[in-house]
Order: sequence, then C-alpha cells, then structure tokens
Amino acid sequence: MTQMTYMEALRDGMRQAMKSDPNVFLAGEDVGAFGGCFGQTKGLYEEFGPKRVVDTPISETAIMGLATGAAAVGLRPIVEIMFVDFMGVCMDELFNNAAKMHYMFGGKTAVPLVVRAPCGAGFSAAAQHSQSLDAWFAHVPGIKVVAPGTPADAKGLMLAAVRDNNPVVYLEHKCLFGMTGEVPDGDWEVPLGKAEIKRHGRDVTIVTWSAMLGKSLEAAEILAADGIEAEVLDIRTITPLDTEAILESVGRTGRAVIVHEEVRTGGFGGEIAALIAERGFDLLDAPIRRVTAPDTPVPFSPVLEALFIPQAADIVRTVKELF
Amino acid sequence: MKVNSERLLGMYRNMLRIRLFENKAIELFASQKVPGFVHLYIGEEAIAVGVCACLTDRDYITSTHRGHGHLIAKGGRLDLMMAELYGRASGYCHGKGGSMHIADSDLGILGANGIVGAGMPIAGGAAFACRYRGTDSVAVAFFGDGASNRGTFHEALNLASTFKLPAVFVCENNLYGISNRQSHHMNVNDVSDRARAYGIPGVTVDGNDVVAVWEAASEAVDRARRGDGPTLLEYKTWRQRGHFEGDPATYKDAAEQKAWLARDPLPRLETQLQEFGFADAAAIAAIRAEVEAEIEAAVRFAEASPQPTARDLLIDVFAA
Repeated sequence: MTQMTYMEALRDGMRQAMKSDPNVFLAGEDVGAFGGCFGQTKGLYEEFGPKRVVDTPISETAIMGLATGAAAVGLRPIVEIMFVDFMGVCMDELFNNAAKMHYMFGGKTAVPLVVRAPCGAGFSAAAQHSQSLDAWFAHVPGIKVVAPGTPADAKGLMLAAVRDNNPVVYLEHKCLFGMTGEVPDGDWEVPLGKAEIKRHGRDVTIVTWSAMLGKSLEAAEILAADGIEAEVLDIRTITPLDTEAILESVGRTGRAVIVHEEVRTGGFGGEIAALIAERGFDLLDAPIRRVTAPDTPVPFSPVLEALFIPQAADIVRTVKELF
Repeated sequence: MKVNSERLLGMYRNMLRIRLFENKAIELFASQKVPGFVHLYIGEEAIAVGVCACLTDRDYITSTHRGHGHLIAKGGRLDLMMAELYGRASGYCHGKGGSMHIADSDLGILGANGIVGAGMPIAGGAAFACRYRGTDSVAVAFFGDGASNRGTFHEALNLASTFKLPAVFVCENNLYGISNRQSHHMNVNDVSDRARAYGIPGVTVDGNDVVAVWEAASEAVDRARRGDGPTLLEYKTWRQRGHFEGDPATYKDAAEQKAWLARDPLPRLETQLQEFGFADAAAIAAIRAEVEAEIEAAVRFAEASPQPTARDLLIDVFAA
C-alpha cells in the first residue's frame, strides 16, 4: 500500500497497464510532454516515449476514430477526451461505431479501448466544462462505464478497463484529483461490474458513485450522530451495474437513497430506482428517493455552482425524510 | 508495374462478381426476400476492384453504406454476404448487421458503415496500428463525395497527414450526395483539391477505367507502404441506381444517364481485354457463366440457412 492522490493512482494504473502490455498506448490532446491538462499523464511521455504517448491535434473525432480503428485491429488504446463535455464532438465514433462493432459484425470484432474523460463540477468551469453525463454512455449497449470515487478504485478500475475487451468510458472526476488514500502497489485490478460497500450501516442504503461518494460518506457521519446508520454503496461501475449488490443492501436496510451529480431527468439514478422498484419493492419500508443536481446547465458563479452540486446537507435532509 | 493478363482477368472477374451479386440483390429486394436498406454500387465496380488489387489480407479497408463492392473486392465470401443480406444466422454477422454492416476481420475488412463518413477516422486508427507494429501494411478508407464534406474527412486527413500514417483515402465521386448534385453540396469541382489543405498528394482519376484506377492506387499504396504518408485519390464515377433501392432517382437527367452508361466500366473492360488480346468473347462468356453459378450457389446457401433465434438477439453485445 502507498498513500497517493487519485490522480497519481490513475496515472499508476495507466503506467502499470503500459508496462505489462506493449499494445497499450496513450493518445490525446496535450497528454505528451505537457503532461495532460490537469497533469494526469505527467511523466508518462518521459517513461514511454513519443511512440506510446501521443499528442494529437485538437480533433476529438480523429482521436476517437484513432482509438476505434487501432482497437479493432488489436491494439489497446487509452485515449483522453480533455473534458467529458467534449464527447459530443466524437460521440458518433463511440456510440455508433466502437460500441456496436462487436454485435453488428457478428461477434468477431473486439474493440478494447478506454476513453478517459474528466467530468464534474466544482471549478467554476461553467456549462461546457463541468457536466456529468454518465447515463448518456450507459444508455448505449456495448459500452462499459466506470466512475471511480477513491484513489484505489481509480487505479484498479483503470487496469481492469484497459484489459477488458470492450470500449470502456472512464469518468475521472476533476474534484477528486487531489484526494489522497491508500492504494495497493503493483499490478492490481478492481473488477468491472462490482460495487463496494464503503460504509456499513443498517438503516438506509445510499447508492452512489464518483465524487458523490465523498459527500455521501460525509452525510453518513452526520446521520450517525443523529442515530441513523447509513450504508454507503459505491457502485464504481455504472454499466454493467452490480444489481445484486444494490438489492442485497436494500434488502438489509429497507430504505434506498440514490445520490448522483448528474442532473435529475434521465440521470442514472432513475435506472437504479427502477431496478429497486421492479425487483425489490417488497424490500422497501419507505419510498425510494434521489438526491441529484437540478435540471439546469452547470452555472458559473461559485455561489450558484455550490447550489447546483448535491451537498451532504441535501443527502442528510433527504434521508431523514424517510424516518 | 504494368497490368498483365492474369491480373486484369482477375479484376474483370471480381467486377463481374460485384455486378451480378448486386443484380441479384435488386431482384431479391424487389421480391422482399432481402429486408432493410440496400445501397447498390452498380457502375462503380472498377474503383473497389482496382484499389483492392493493390492490397493483401494484411491491409485494412473501411467501407461505406454502399459496401458490397469493397467487401467482394477485398475477398469477402459471396455466400456469407448473401446470407447476411437475407438476415440469416449463417451470414457474416449472424443476421445482426445486414447489407450496411458486413465485416471480416480475417480479411482486414473493418466494416461497411451506415454512417456517411464514419470510416475515415477508423482507417486512421488502423493505419496508426500498422505503423505502431512496424509492419508495412496500409489502411484504405473508401467514401463518397458527400462524405468529403463531413468533419470526419477533415479531421482524419489532418491527423493522417500530420502523423504521416500509411493510409489512402479513396473518394468515389459518383456526383451525388443522395439526391444532391455535387455542385449543390460543395464549392469545388474536384474533391482531390482538398488534399492541398493537408499537404498531401491529391489525384483525380477516371473511376470507370479499372486500369487507371489500379495505376493510381498502386502509387498511393506504395507511397503509404514506404512511410511517405497518405494520398487522397478521387475517382470520378456515377452510380447507375438510386441512392437506395426504391429511390427512383428522378433527380438525374436522361442525357447524363446516356453519357455515363456509355462509360459503364464493365463493357469498357471487356473491350480492353479483347484489344489487349487477354481474352476473346468466348473466354469472357465462360467467366460470366462461372460467376453466375457462384451467385446462384450463394443464393441457395442463403435460402437454406436458418433464421437467427431469440438467443442470438442477446449475445455478443460485449466481447468476452
């Protein structure tokens, strides 16, 4: 175990993946000597050289096409789209091509690529650099979506994502880059599709992921002081979803609150709520509730942005309404 | 390199395989045996065949919605293609792709594609992989005049030229983007002019003359193999059918049709074969009989093939 930041862990995951497989390369805007817009790839260019750490033009369509074509012929690209908000520029390459090639070509073509996309609000970066679009990707069959909320998961999910034989959208939350935590050393994976209980509790299940994990844990501490023991279940992988872990936890607690930073309408929380309602209705002692961002673009003003992002107090208030 | 008898006869056979496969597809679509959308390549066969004659199984192509010709020219099997058009379980894609989504990774066919212009960035990725691995393989992207207006074209050419990737961009300028004449959808006469913006060679060639197609493609492919970067080839041609089967193509005028049908690449090649002394009328007829038999066998295979089952619906969403 080593204490490191989320960003260092993410980078260590990429480094381990590149060390263990010469077919893994990294490409994107300013990922080379510059080290990435936030510094995520710092040192990788020096370690692996220009053949494997490739600066591209500001050309998301070409980047995602590069990843799709290279993966379809057997390489394992990790590409960075500098902000998840820019995925709209290259969505066709991802959702109409990479995601569908395995199925529509009859199961013979694999497309093992990872697209890293920094997401989330908290920097006053406003409406085009701050979104959480998790459900967009989850809606398309053939894409896996991961959203680590801790340094250890940032590393372990990266290694698992690179070694998976499918397109994986890796959502790295900008506000977590500086978060520190214990991270296992060496070659260590977190399996895709496995949720993890980050805090055990008996009274209510908070289902969450990414930066809302921290907010949920904070809320759980406040609730504990008031005698409510919340279980915090971090799904980590959005698709494929660990449905059994959700139903198992709700089966023990009888209450479910889903917390995400996406806007409310069409956010992935609706899918989790539907899962619990369809398959776990009898487990519930109270209605399912969601804590989400409102249905607005992400605002610029720090005052407004703080109101936009779900806060621990919002989670506490919502949980208490169930008792 | 000069075109010899064996090579040119091979190209003729492949062009004829495309023509007769698609003539059969017209009939099967009209009789509702083939569902979905069918976009035919009739009139453009010389391009796929002339270009793919420069490639091996270790080279890659990306194709288009009008992809039958590229697939056949790159070695795709007619029986598996026909079964796929029928939507049968034994087709190339087990009935899950259809006419617009046939691929064969063993032959370097990275797929027909239902999105206009989608193949070019993917070919860029394949070309990147060729160089990454240190091979002399190349990737060829086929696309139409309409696709050359898309951002994918410009982003792919910029990346491939900047990285000097072993790619060849093959524009099949059939003068129409669906119903829109070229003069209505772009402000240049020659798509190859756009190569200048990326600092790469751009060449315009008669796309209905398979020898000319092959000569220009040979040069572009050799250049890519040598590591000298991509070329934009523009082949002028004309699609004889509508954009899709069922499109009456009322936007084309009779004089234009007459002029282009007189330049049909297949009769032209038959004349050339006889002029060069490579084949006489009897030899040409013999090839035609063999290809007709091959098409009939493909149809029999398709019709004898089982329908996919409910199990097929849910498998292969993800690779293991």
